[in-house]
Amino acid sequence: MGKKGFFMNITTDIALELLEKAKKKGATDGDIIIIEGRSSAVQVRLSAIDTITDSQFKTLGLRLFLGKKSAITSTSDMSPISLERLIEDTCNIAKLTAHDEYSGLPLPQYGAKMKEMEIYDESIHRLPAEEMIEMARKGEAAAFKYDKRINNSEGGGFSKRYTHVIYANTNSIYGDYKTSMFSISVSPLATMNGLMQRDHWYSAKRRFSELDKPESVGEVAAMRTVRRLGARKIHTRQAPVVFDPETASSLLNNLCMAVSGYSIYKGVSFLVGMLNKQIASSDVTIYDDGTIPWGLGSKPFDAEGISTRKTIVVEKGILTGYLMDSYSARKLNLTSTGNASRSPGDPPVAAPTNFYLSPGSYSPSDIIRSVDSGLYVTDLIGFGFNPVTGDYSRGAVGMWIEKGEPAYPVEEITIAGNLKDMFMDIEMVGNDLDCRRKVCAPTIKIGRLTIAGH
Amino acid sequence: MSKETIAPEIFLPEKFGIASHSLEKTLTGLLRRKVDYADLYLEYIVSEALNLEEGLVKNASKSITQGVGVRAIAGEKTGYAYSDEVSLEHIRLAARTAGYISAEAGSNALVPFKSVEKPKLNLYPIDVYPTDVPVEAKIRLLDKIDTMARNYDHRIKNVLASFTSEYRVILLITSEGLIIGDIQPLCRLNVTCIAEGSGNRQIGSYGGGGRVEFSYFFDENRYVLYTRKAAKQAITNLEAVDTPAGAMDIVLGPGWPGILLHEAVGHGLEADFNRKRTSAFTDMIGKKVASELCTVIDDGTIPRRRGSINIDDEGTEAQRTVLIEKGILKGYLQDRLNAKLMKMPLTGNGRRESYAHPPIPRMTNTFMMQGDTAPVDIIRSVRRGLYAVAFGGGQVDITNGKFVFTASEAYLIEDGKVTTPVRGATLIGNGPDILKRVSMVGNDLELDAGVGTCGKDGQSVPVGVGMPTIKIDGMTVGGTV
Repeated sequence: MGKKGFFMNITTDIALELLEKAKKKGATDGDIIIIEGRSSAVQVRLSAIDTITDSQFKTLGLRLFLGKKSAITSTSDMSPISLERLIEDTCNIAKLTAHDEYSGLPLPQYGAKMKEMEIYDESIHRLPAEEMIEMARKGEAAAFKYDKRINNSEGGGFSKRYTHVIYANTNSIYGDYKTSMFSISVSPLATMNGLMQRDHWYSAKRRFSELDKPESVGEVAAMRTVRRLGARKIHTRQAPVVFDPETASSLLNNLCMAVSGYSIYKGVSFLVGMLNKQIASSDVTIYDDGTIPWGLGSKPFDAEGISTRKTIVVEKGILTGYLMDSYSARKLNLTSTGNASRSPGDPPVAAPTNFYLSPGSYSPSDIIRSVDSGLYVTDLIGFGFNPVTGDYSRGAVGMWIEKGEPAYPVEEITIAGNLKDMFMDIEMVGNDLDCRRKVCAPTIKIGRLTIAGH
Repeated sequence: MSKETIAPEIFLPEKFGIASHSLEKTLTGLLRRKVDYADLYLEYIVSEALNLEEGLVKNASKSITQGVGVRAIAGEKTGYAYSDEVSLEHIRLAARTAGYISAEAGSNALVPFKSVEKPKLNLYPIDVYPTDVPVEAKIRLLDKIDTMARNYDHRIKNVLASFTSEYRVILLITSEGLIIGDIQPLCRLNVTCIAEGSGNRQIGSYGGGGRVEFSYFFDENRYVLYTRKAAKQAITNLEAVDTPAGAMDIVLGPGWPGILLHEAVGHGLEADFNRKRTSAFTDMIGKKVASELCTVIDDGTIPRRRGSINIDDEGTEAQRTVLIEKGILKGYLQDRLNAKLMKMPLTGNGRRESYAHPPIPRMTNTFMMQGDTAPVDIIRSVRRGLYAVAFGGGQVDITNGKFVFTASEAYLIEDGKVTTPVRGATLIGNGPDILKRVSMVGNDLELDAGVGTCGKDGQSVPVGVGMPTIKIDGMTVGGTV
């Protein structure tokens, strides 16, 4: 049985047809999400091609409800026989799961009104591999040119990814959208006195023309690497800590996990019971906004067909909202914020779209200048964050600040505290918000953390 | 009810409707370019996940993923293309892309295909694959765990339990004429408990598994043990005090704390970083990197372990590799590309997450050989320090060697006795230096229960770790007081 020449083109019509079939097999409700696309990446190292990868992908996720019972299946085999079997399997598994009063699709009135959104740069299909290689090469070359102590490299990379998302459910909510994404990165190594350091820099955009120039990515990567040379360990103490935008973004990521509706209703968040209470200093305002043109997390509707929107999560330090899909919203007796996210084979979760800390008025140098003796953090390692308690303890790398100036690089130290106290203790918020990822923050200063070293 | 298992070399080409001689032809096409090596990797995975929360298995999921990866190597260059649509046309398309790394025409003759080889190892013989066990049985297990955890202590307020299983079939066809496949089952049971008491909320987790049958979790009452350990950890942590900050003596308990080895030395000994001279261990073979009490092994051949494999994802038989022997650095973990470029032997460590990734050097089960000191004597030797028995994740910066791992259950040691539990904290050290501070090694080697997943270059693979109780003289603890 050859399948030669068989490329089934999946559209919303076919998705709706499959859902009809599922209903005939006993499903009361259901939805389908299909994610398909192409991606390619090049990695150049020491000016020569290291790796080229190219791919195409297509996965269909089917969620069916039998009353208040449900199951989810997914497949990348789109043959009619396989899809037929998928429906059967899903119904059979759903029969075995528990009756869950809160399960179900979002109510039809919440369905997305389909609108155009600027998230797709069609030029992605015309960008040839040669140009990607050339940009990666230029980025790496700029790093080598920046400083002669840059003497090795993990390479320069360029990647692009085109994605087409199709959604349909049995409440006649359906639609699709396409996105594009380009990224360039450089990871140089520098050596001094026989000791090596590595850092990296990158730019990621939905629109090709908005990408940082390879030369500037390479130079920033080199600057970040060279400044780590000669890093030392320091003695254990308490001191103010300034987080650069990259590391501040990671703190925001931790917070983002804690404001997910799922974390709240399961009791696995240190923010349980804190709605409408102060959880951060009054300089802190945080939004989740899925509608920003060309935003890396923007999309017209979420994984349940609900329109994305702008949600105020924290307003002047007060926790004003959670990120929710329809299930976690029902559990909390609230309404969905359009944050359902789902890989085709897994149940939905509530995930950020563009989640950011609103910029303040201080320049990064103002913030550093305000510190008499403290730490400027530029990189963090490890997973030392406990979302249930807020306990925070991670390995840190950065510059020691003396009298308002970066004095020398430091490493092999940890910073520790509790996220509850850390957000309350944010003393300054920078004006340098640059959304180079879905969750992002400007430079921030936290009044006091424990730094462990010798 | 044992299911008849179809060999990968028959199952996969038939599943995808591709005759295996066409696959060979595709490979021949690739070799028209000037490449040193090429391979095709076919994969089919059935995976299933059941999650319990609030006393209910609310939903179940089952996924089928399948695809083909085509790789060509020319010198240091790798071309890799993959597709989840497995048709001859897609494979040819992928082969063209992979061949892009070499513009020159070549006249490589394809090594004639030998007959299909079977893996020599048979590390995970299984009668009933966990993915074939009825969902009802798994749901019953999760329900039992929920009840048991809640009965452990009235302060346990929520239980999150999951059972995940996977049935992975792979087939490799290489330009060296090798055709070999493997069936790699994997499953894991996890229990997380949330405890509330005295205005405090805490979490405790435990789990285990491997390339085992479903009955494994009932043998030796393993599921009971997992549940009790998770519940006990959550309750213990309710009483935890702030962790001290700074350098102190550390005693690591046996088993999962072996993640120390994985982060401190394992990654740094992966061949790719050493060929590229980006590892803190570059050029250190033959040098002393640990105290003579330390012998560290990577062994992919331990039966039924999560990190074990009959063959790696390039078709090389898994091996036992000595990384450090009595403190001296002995070897690297190799895949095909790096072994060839470094002119070193293969070690069976070329692994990939799936068809969507090219293979790279990875660990399997990494552990330290045991010594002869009784664990109680090790604890008794510490005046003021930390005793850590459970860990979350860890991470390493390969280039400067700095690594961290985060304790999720730890206690103070005061005057040779284990006393008060402390809140979780990150431990930080320097890879090429930390094992030199190992001053005592226990006689109680344990392998972890089978929960490890290692991430590198965006690829996750199952791994194992192991260690006896050890003492480290002076390591920085990221506490708050």
